[in-house]
Amino acid sequence: MCGSFDTCVKGVYAVPDISRDEVAHLARLSRLALSEAELDEFAGQLDSILHHVKAVAEVAADEVPPTANPGAIANVTRPDVIVPGLTPLQALSGAPNAEDDRFAVPQILGESE
Amino acid sequence: MTDLTALDASELAGRIHAREVSAVEVTQAHLDRIDQVDGEYHAFLHVSGANALVAAKEVDDALSAGESPASALAGVPLALKDVFTTTDMPTTCASKMLEGWISPYDAAVTSKLRSAGIPLLGKTNMDEFAMGSSTENSAYGPTKNPWDTTRIPGGSGGGSAAALASRQAPLAIGTDTGGSIRQPAALTGTVGTKPTYGTVSRYGLIACASSLDQGGPCGRTVLDTALLHDVIAGHDPRDSTSVDVEVASMVAAARAGANGDLTGVRVGIVKELHSDSYQPGVISSFDAAVATLTSLGAEVVEVSCPNFVHALAAYYLILPSEVSSNLARFDGMRYGARAGDDGTHSADQVMAITRAKGFGAEVKRRIMIGTYALSAGYYDEYYGQALKVRTLIARDFDRAYEQVDVLVSPTTPTTAFPLGDKVDDPIAMYLNDLCTLPTNLAGHCAMSVPSGLASEDALPVGLQIMAPAFADDRLYRVGAAYESARGPLR
Repeated sequence: MCGSFDTCVKGVYAVPDISRDEVAHLARLSRLALSEAELDEFAGQLDSILHHVKAVAEVAADEVPPTANPGAIANVTRPDVIVPGLTPLQALSGAPNAEDDRFAVPQILGESE
Repeated sequence: MTDLTALDASELAGRIHAREVSAVEVTQAHLDRIDQVDGEYHAFLHVSGANALVAAKEVDDALSAGESPASALAGVPLALKDVFTTTDMPTTCASKMLEGWISPYDAAVTSKLRSAGIPLLGKTNMDEFAMGSSTENSAYGPTKNPWDTTRIPGGSGGGSAAALASRQAPLAIGTDTGGSIRQPAALTGTVGTKPTYGTVSRYGLIACASSLDQGGPCGRTVLDTALLHDVIAGHDPRDSTSVDVEVASMVAAARAGANGDLTGVRVGIVKELHSDSYQPGVISSFDAAVATLTSLGAEVVEVSCPNFVHALAAYYLILPSEVSSNLARFDGMRYGARAGDDGTHSADQVMAITRAKGFGAEVKRRIMIGTYALSAGYYDEYYGQALKVRTLIARDFDRAYEQVDVLVSPTTPTTAFPLGDKVDDPIAMYLNDLCTLPTNLAGHCAMSVPSGLASEDALPVGLQIMAPAFADDRLYRVGAAYESARGPLR
């Protein structure tokens, strides 16, 4: 249980919550081309973090509604009128590469697609 | 001649508006100070001297023409955390991903500061994308604590807090997702407020975790912080979580509090945020602060918020989940850095190469934890369960506020720790936020005000004052009363 300042630091455990292979899979899902050295480092750290945060599962909260956002606002609308936005030049001003008022990106589809 | 950098913002504003000193002189004095000392502290990532002087001159010209000041702080310069977009300075979030990037639009907070006649001295250092508690996660090197340059200034807003503490700026803006305004304030002997969620626009505040992020004011005194709070608060239709409610004047509350009378104010000590495991000097400073509040007439009781012990675990699931989603936008396609685009890689590969190169270790860790917590099979167990715990924490607050007007705790469990001490141990780093993050989970407001120095290391300690949503004025009343009774920090 990661509740207090001291028990959290001293937490000891043996069975990993996440393997190095799973971390590599997470990196792929996260679009992070990590090096082997990074995977080695992150595997232990993510395991340690998950070990602590999984303590939420021990809280009895079956009947408790979730809170995704503390604000009570829903369905914010505005009048359906045109307001000024960015010009194409402004929108493209930070683009790594642009052509003909568009973002230029590397090849998306493979040769056979 | 008076050293203008030694004066509080309220004093500077009074002198500028009375034409005893010009806004240009005040701004120049701070730019000179930055020039002299920031090589040592590294509070700023970018200094914008010429633009700040132009803005100051406009204030002077308007006053010369007989116009009334654009705001109570017109002419008083400010340091802006590098997470708010600015059209005349780079906005990097202290990341290589956004190195040199100039936004095509100003953040709402930036616009409000400009309209209020507040010259922007520059952009301050932070943990990359506001993820961290020490400013060591900045891709451009850490900020040093002005009280002891071998120690961290806190984070993520360490640059803003250090700029205040080292008199490089009389005012600063921070953002607080789990304590990033309050923890640096505590560790640098300055004041910082996390306003109620939805009361300061997030438009143009580059998102870390959208349901937790909140911009807020930082100063060296409670009154200065209140003056800045009133400038930046207000409804903004461009932020769909911005709340359209009338909020009380923080300045009026601070001025009322400064008379030092807290008769009738009920103060709750949160039992779960007071532990023998905290640094002894922090606890003794906190206990002395509580005694001061009692002597001012406050009625102090102990309250229990049993679910706060789960706040850290819930927070470090909710935050990374939102981070993994929000930071997906940094893909090297539309703005920011792009790497690996040499004709041999697909767009998908370029994205992964760009992100691996552009993000630092802590950002990568949080993206992966969030991806894990949101993935099919783990969603209910991790993210879903954390959201339920969040409800329980809010209920604890609600019950406590039935008994008391404000809650108090130490802002942090320890004083500023040495640079490098916790950089390889994420969990040890996360524990800095133990006392601050329940407020973010509930969307409430809280302030850190200096409560003196710890006996064992003579470093600043912060008193955290918490209040319910939309009762931010209570923070200023209690904070100002406490500050007036506390006396000078050193």
